Amino acid sequence: MSGEVLAFYLLAALAAGSALGCVIATNIVRMAMCLLGTLGAVALLYFLLSANFLAVIQLVVYAGGTLILIVFGIMVTSRTYGEKLKPRTSEALIGTIVVLALFAGLVAILLRAPWTPVAPTEPSNSVAQIGQELLGTYLVPFELASVLLLAVMIGAAYLAQPAKKE
Amino acid sequence: MLTVGLTQYLVLAAFLFCCGLFVMTTKRNAVGILIGVELVLNAACLNLVAFSRYRVGTIDGQIATLFIIVLAAAEAAVAIAIFVNYYRTLATIDVDKGDELRG
Repeated sequence: MSGEVLAFYLLAALAAGSALGCVIATNIVRMAMCLLGTLGAVALLYFLLSANFLAVIQLVVYAGGTLILIVFGIMVTSRTYGEKLKPRTSEALIGTIVVLALFAGLVAILLRAPWTPVAPTEPSNSVAQIGQELLGTYLVPFELASVLLLAVMIGAAYLAQPAKKE
Repeated sequence: MLTVGLTQYLVLAAFLFCCGLFVMTTKRNAVGILIGVELVLNAACLNLVAFSRYRVGTIDGQIATLFIIVLAAAEAAVAIAIFVNYYRTLATIDVDKGDELRG
């Protein structure tokens, strides 16, 4: 068994196990930590897929930024005075059935899909390539993303400000 | 013999997607729902990168993933701001309590 195969299955087990932990955990902080496991495993899988730049960005922005934001959100909103927020039994039951059926269907289709085997392409120097694509072909979405980030910054600050005293 | 190819990545992404969907639909903590959304987005990103590596051979999938990461960060920021407001109004984070608009 080659190293790539071994690494893939280890990381896949980590990602899947953490995602399952997210499903099972009722404590919201544990859910956030399980999400960290999934995000890290997916970032390492990006390395396996030779998307190095993307893996680093995933670690920095997702695990370092978004997850911290989520943890702060939990910190601000978690004083619930003893009430436990467990999913209702009926909802959990129906959800399990639907999700299992969906997963079985997806796997059945994926295993039957006639992918003609294509030799994996090795992108050379993908960071430079990504930079050129971003400022060339994808210039308009790139600029739109920056406008979106500005709007989100203003909007989030406006939404989260304390209510004005009348 | 175990191998790694496109199908393995797609099955893993399908599993992550299903977990995220379950979390999104059953959790009652609003932040928990946000965590489910992040799981689903990660599954989509993994699909895009795997296709870009094994099928297309260009870098377009990675660019799309980059945009998804930006959008996910923006979405999380706005969602957390809304949750803070929600918590301040209702003194709980249970999404089932926010049903004032129910007819």
